[in-house]
Amino acid sequence: MIAELFVNALISGLLLGGFYAAISIGLSISFGLLDTVNIAHPTFLVLGAFLAYILNSEAGMDPLLAGVLMTPLFFLLGLFIYSVYYQFFEKTSAEALRGLAFFFGILFITEVVMIMAFGVDHRMVSAPYANGSLGGSILGMELSVPYRMLSVFVVASIMTLGLHLFFSRTFFGRASRAVHQDMLALSLMGVDPIRVKRIAFAIALATCGVGGALMIIMIPIEPAVGRLYIGNVFAIVVLGGLGSISGTLIAAVLLGVAESVVSTFLGPSWSPAVSFGILLGVLALKPSGMFGVGDTR
Amino acid sequence: MKSILTNRVRVKLLGGVMAAALLLSAPISTNVQAADKKPIKIGFSMALTGALAGGGKQALEGMELWRADANAKGGLLGRKVEFVYYDDQTNAKNVPGIYSKLLDVDKVDLVVSGYGTNLIGPAMPIVIDRDILFMGLFGMDNNKKWKYDKYFQILPAGPKPAEGFSHNWFEALKELGGIKTIALLAADAEFARNLKEGALANAKKAGLEIVYNKNYPPKTPDFTPIVRAVNAKKPDAFYIASYPNGSAGLVRALAEVGTKAKAVGGGMVGLQFAGLMKGLGPNLNGILNYDFYVPEPTMELYPGAKDLIARYQAKVKAENLKTDELGYYLVPWAYAYLDVLGQTVNAVGSVDDHEALAAYMHKTEFTSVVGKVKFGEFGEWTESRTIVVQYQNIKNNDIDQFSRAGTRKIMFPTDIKTGDVKPYNDLR
Repeated sequence: MIAELFVNALISGLLLGGFYAAISIGLSISFGLLDTVNIAHPTFLVLGAFLAYILNSEAGMDPLLAGVLMTPLFFLLGLFIYSVYYQFFEKTSAEALRGLAFFFGILFITEVVMIMAFGVDHRMVSAPYANGSLGGSILGMELSVPYRMLSVFVVASIMTLGLHLFFSRTFFGRASRAVHQDMLALSLMGVDPIRVKRIAFAIALATCGVGGALMIIMIPIEPAVGRLYIGNVFAIVVLGGLGSISGTLIAAVLLGVAESVVSTFLGPSWSPAVSFGILLGVLALKPSGMFGVGDTR
Repeated sequence: MKSILTNRVRVKLLGGVMAAALLLSAPISTNVQAADKKPIKIGFSMALTGALAGGGKQALEGMELWRADANAKGGLLGRKVEFVYYDDQTNAKNVPGIYSKLLDVDKVDLVVSGYGTNLIGPAMPIVIDRDILFMGLFGMDNNKKWKYDKYFQILPAGPKPAEGFSHNWFEALKELGGIKTIALLAADAEFARNLKEGALANAKKAGLEIVYNKNYPPKTPDFTPIVRAVNAKKPDAFYIASYPNGSAGLVRALAEVGTKAKAVGGGMVGLQFAGLMKGLGPNLNGILNYDFYVPEPTMELYPGAKDLIARYQAKVKAENLKTDELGYYLVPWAYAYLDVLGQTVNAVGSVDDHEALAAYMHKTEFTSVVGKVKFGEFGEWTESRTIVVQYQNIKNNDIDQFSRAGTRKIMFPTDIKTGDVKPYNDLR
């Protein structure tokens, strides 16, 4: 029985980690690579979730397809937001505190717009994989994997892996990492760091299309639900290491597994304490996070 | 001659003074009347955003319906009623500041609570400090420690609300038979913890063995590990005290992982909200949960509630309000808590004499859209009228099915029963 519970908890934790990765990966790019403290990121995920809901409930569209279709819209929104942020804050070297206030403002405005447009009721989507589970007996253990969580994990893994490859293997990706390391050196190489940052930020926000769709598959949403996850997403990005996309995925899975195992064996109320205990422990041993390279500037 | 003239002057002066006094007195008395005609301001916080906004918005609409009715009848004490309210964002930390502002800056005449235990609690020290009347909406045992004599609340959970709330659920269990063990799970929030405490007491009274007793953090996204941990203890019944996000997560996890418990549910908030009922659809089948008003034929014991809900639903459609489409859960109760307050103000003839208002409330049996209301010593209802429903026959995610009889059948109390309790898995 204990082995069965443990294996099921590991599977659940792995799948939960996929969800955490999906909602953290955009922040890993904007905060980890670009030093832009986009505290409104979870709220944009909720916006993505609401748009997926509208397309699902009104047009009968699959929420994941809706998420993919919304990605370009969020990319354009990201370009616009970064342009405003750069013009009024970063350009004037006021990005630290006032930039944070700017993203707080964006958070509140986006929430109010969602309240006015969609109301405050909880919303959920219907999809063939939103219900039921894949179950079976392996080595005498009854295992069950909810389709809902499996679909979230698969899509989140593809998205995270794709972004990891993009940012590690392409010229633009390397330029984005260089922005994090040394903007001046990048300029001397003939690359416009602001353009790189603008596009990278837009990519970060574009993840809110698919990320939002995954969010509403996973949990019921209402306009303020993003606030619940602000702490989690920042913790995952910091734990994984600033600037490391693969680190974000690993940190998300680590926290997911820790929460799931603790929830199963010690009780659910212990899971946040253990998660943040892991974060503190890792930071004490390695202040730049598990896969962070540290500040090279 | 000189003296006569002087007297005439004096008389004229006196007359002038009296005339002036009369002239001046006219606008003064008009002003006094105008002061009397100043609207009565009722202040409150309300969850208009955040996790409980689904309930808060429908409560506000119910309150607005009462205000419209009261003002159509000439208001209270001949004065129109106005609301002054702020969004507490379902965040208890915002509540004390809101009530201080309502009383000190907005100078409201009366205050009532927002929706729910977690948001009533933080207002208690403020109102107790001012020694003023305080009406609560769906407060679970908020006055347990304070024992404040000017607190009254609308939640039909009886004089011991924590136990009264789940009492009928445990009575309904008896119909299933063979229940010997129970698992208890609650959200880590005041309301749910109070509820679980009451359920624990009822379980012990019923002689059930407690095999699991834990709390979960409100932002838990995945409940499958919890359901598996509960299943490992093999309980016959699984009592859950949860808030909307948790309720939805648990219903889904139960559907995905399954359970052998015969009875599941109890104190799951949110399953009464249109958005979640629609979203969860057939996953709800088998859940045995509390409720206060459902569209079953036997609910006619609340005369006026049906018409009120019909008015609410028509208003939501006509004005395209972005709020709960059905309104069964909170509208009658939100209407009633102001109705009771209004009846008290009219009977006492004052909004300032809080001693008299509280004394009247203590001694009076009110009649409102939720039937007879009588408060006990510390403002709780003298009798429990929580109903137990079981979700049955839910075929799809169509919201209209929930406005018809048959999807939430009443299992207890027996005098209004519309169905028989069935084991959870028989309805899956």
